[in-house]
Amino acid sequence: MAANGDSQTVSEYIVHHLTNLTYGKLPAGYERYDGSVVAEGGQWAMAHGANEITAMGFNAIHVDSMIWSVGLGILFCWIFRRVAVRANPGVPSGLVNFVEMVVEFVDGTVKDTFHGRNPVIAPLALTIFVWVFLMNLMDLIPVDLIPHSLMLAGVEYQKIVPSTDPNITMGMAVGVFVLMLFYSIKMKGFGFVKELTLNPFNHPLFIPVNLFMEVVGLLAKPFSLGLRLFGNMYAGEMIFILIAALFSVGLFWLLPAALLQIGWAIFHILVITLQAFIFMVLTIVYLSMAHEDH
Amino acid sequence: MNINLTLIGQLIAFVAFVAFCMRYVWPPIAGAMAERQNKIADGLAAADRAGHDLEVAKQQADEQLAEAKREAAGIIEAANKRAQAVVEEAKDAASAEADRVKAAAAAEIEQERARAQEQLMTQVSALALAGAEKVLAAEIDADKHADLLKSLAAES
Repeated sequence: MAANGDSQTVSEYIVHHLTNLTYGKLPAGYERYDGSVVAEGGQWAMAHGANEITAMGFNAIHVDSMIWSVGLGILFCWIFRRVAVRANPGVPSGLVNFVEMVVEFVDGTVKDTFHGRNPVIAPLALTIFVWVFLMNLMDLIPVDLIPHSLMLAGVEYQKIVPSTDPNITMGMAVGVFVLMLFYSIKMKGFGFVKELTLNPFNHPLFIPVNLFMEVVGLLAKPFSLGLRLFGNMYAGEMIFILIAALFSVGLFWLLPAALLQIGWAIFHILVITLQAFIFMVLTIVYLSMAHEDH
Repeated sequence: MNINLTLIGQLIAFVAFVAFCMRYVWPPIAGAMAERQNKIADGLAAADRAGHDLEVAKQQADEQLAEAKREAAGIIEAANKRAQAVVEEAKDAASAEADRVKAAAAAEIEQERARAQEQLMTQVSALALAGAEKVLAAEIDADKHADLLKSLAAES
């Protein structure tokens, strides 16, 4: 059901669902939603509506994304830390079994792809896999459940799937990118510069061309990582929202919409797991490439 | 889509969670799993070894049993041989004894016979002498012919 009933159009409903709860700094002289004008030096405030968010620009933070993302990260750390404390070489059971299964799966993937010794890669891959999976999992919660409940509690906007926020996915991708640069320089040293300038045309004259191509190729990696996850999750979320909007169209649409909802949710179980897995594997592959000398 | 400070926030959270996982989550779990793997491998190897040992022990026992059987058979055979030899010896001894006794008896008989013969001879000669004495009492001097008769008896 649409959150505000008849007074809201379908497009308003969708836009509302795609707006983050944002806290940011409004520039001086900006006229707010209630007609007040922001004083000299700007003003930090919760944004009301998309216009205010746009006005805030970079000086804003998506409170909902951050809370859900960090919360899920803490959940991951808490569960796995509990198991780590109890881990022993005896017979495992229950939660320990499950966690060890995940660890073994990640470890196997890392060993298949990454040849070499680096104590960072496996924990990094585990964190990415479980964390991204948990963030994607929020997609399966009915789209109106938490936002509507929070709205009744006075919170205007709420996006509960952090991975539909490009800031979140790109934040992780940038983290991986920094690691890629770090290990490229650490492992290859000057060879990294050579790789950027003397590939694919090994001639001094072609250095600018090579540099351009290689830098584009290098930068494409974090973007492919972050935007792939974002795009998939955003599209999935969008379809959930559209199906939810369908419920409010009329009584006739109730059954088809319910069936669509179930079908898409089942399909989405596959998508969220796959996307988490792809993010992890690409991270390993990119870091593996950073370690390998040509 | 607006890129803003959330990206930085997420980057910091990402680093923090990865660091936590690297420091407090991965090593204990991976360590415990590796240790368990070793334990299981050791256990399997020990089981294999035990099975092998059992096999060897069985073989040894079989060998020892066969050896003992062979030895027992040997001892029985030796005993049999010995018994046979003892019997044979006893037989030989007995027959030798019998021969000896027989020989002794034969010698005694011979002796007895000789003595009897001698006695008989003596008696016959005495009888003959007495007869002749009676016949020839008058004309034959007993003392004078006794030597003659004695030498006659000794001759026959």
